[in-house]
Amino acid sequence: MTDFAEIWSYLSRGPLLWLTATLAAYALGDACFRLAGRSPLVNPVLVAVAALAVLLFASGTDYGTYFEGAQFVHFLLGPATVALALPLRDNLPRMRKALLPVLAALVVGSVTACASALAIAAALGVDGQVLASLAPKSATAPVAIGISEGLGGSPTLTAVLVLLTGITGAVIATPLLNLLGQKDWRARGFAVGLVSHGIGTARAFQVHPTAGAFAGLGMALNAVATALVAPLILSLFR
Amino acid sequence: MLHALLLILGCQLAGETVARATGLPLPGPVLGMVLLLVLMAASDRVTGLVRPAAQGLLAHLSLLFVPAGVGVVGHVATLGGQSLAILAAVIGSTALAIAAGVLTFSAVARLTGNTDD
Repeated sequence: MTDFAEIWSYLSRGPLLWLTATLAAYALGDACFRLAGRSPLVNPVLVAVAALAVLLFASGTDYGTYFEGAQFVHFLLGPATVALALPLRDNLPRMRKALLPVLAALVVGSVTACASALAIAAALGVDGQVLASLAPKSATAPVAIGISEGLGGSPTLTAVLVLLTGITGAVIATPLLNLLGQKDWRARGFAVGLVSHGIGTARAFQVHPTAGAFAGLGMALNAVATALVAPLILSLFR
Repeated sequence: MLHALLLILGCQLAGETVARATGLPLPGPVLGMVLLLVLMAASDRVTGLVRPAAQGLLAHLSLLFVPAGVGVVGHVATLGGQSLAILAAVIGSTALAIAAGVLTFSAVARLTGNTDD
């Protein structure tokens, strides 16, 4: 038993264990997603996060130790964002053609995402710093955190809200869009990427390549739009 | 593969540099994406070069959000006593904004006779 404890203490100090655990947890999430007939309710990110949270808690591992391994996966978010240029490039002619619907949906979607969140929260008695942290939650994480700081919000809380928004969007998008009878992959993808950024974009790619490309476009454009819209709308609520 | 990764990381690095230098409210990777898009629109050779590496990176895009997601679990407590109100705001606004976005896109596409091919 001491041997196992020694091996554990060696492995738990290096990055290999938690990097492998991250990939394994995601493989598990992906397997669950497939087993559930690709149901949007079984989100692979959500399953992986839940499995890892239980594992970290059970093994008494703190997040700092975990992140030393997981950082290699986390780092790839940046290059993957740059790589989204490829589906955009492939769909450039269609995007040029869809310029008017894209711009209209961007303005309406960006304002609705921010204003309705603040209205619901304010109506339920939320105020001050929490409202400022909530305002930019539909933008991709680094943008949202920057905006939140500028508005006097809490960067940590904003990071939490951005992720919750992403997962919510990824889970509800397909049933909601089917309910609305929407069949245009451009419109479906754009709305999901605009509102639930990278996690929504990842989900859109699972559904249809056109939806994925337009989701990437929505995410990129709403990063800019939220920076302009969030301060204006927040000022109406204080 | 080497040159494709070099291009992708180079675009991100350029994006980070521009974001820092100009104080633009955009993250470096988003600026890097715009730069790579411009390069690919200008040259089909660049597009062909980047394609396999970019497809590899995007194949499991969801995976890349897992470490940040695990970090969030520890901070759900920061929602505090208002957690139900905040959750209602997040879920409600996400549904409303997706609906508003998709309906606007479809309506304007119909009005301007803009159908997908």
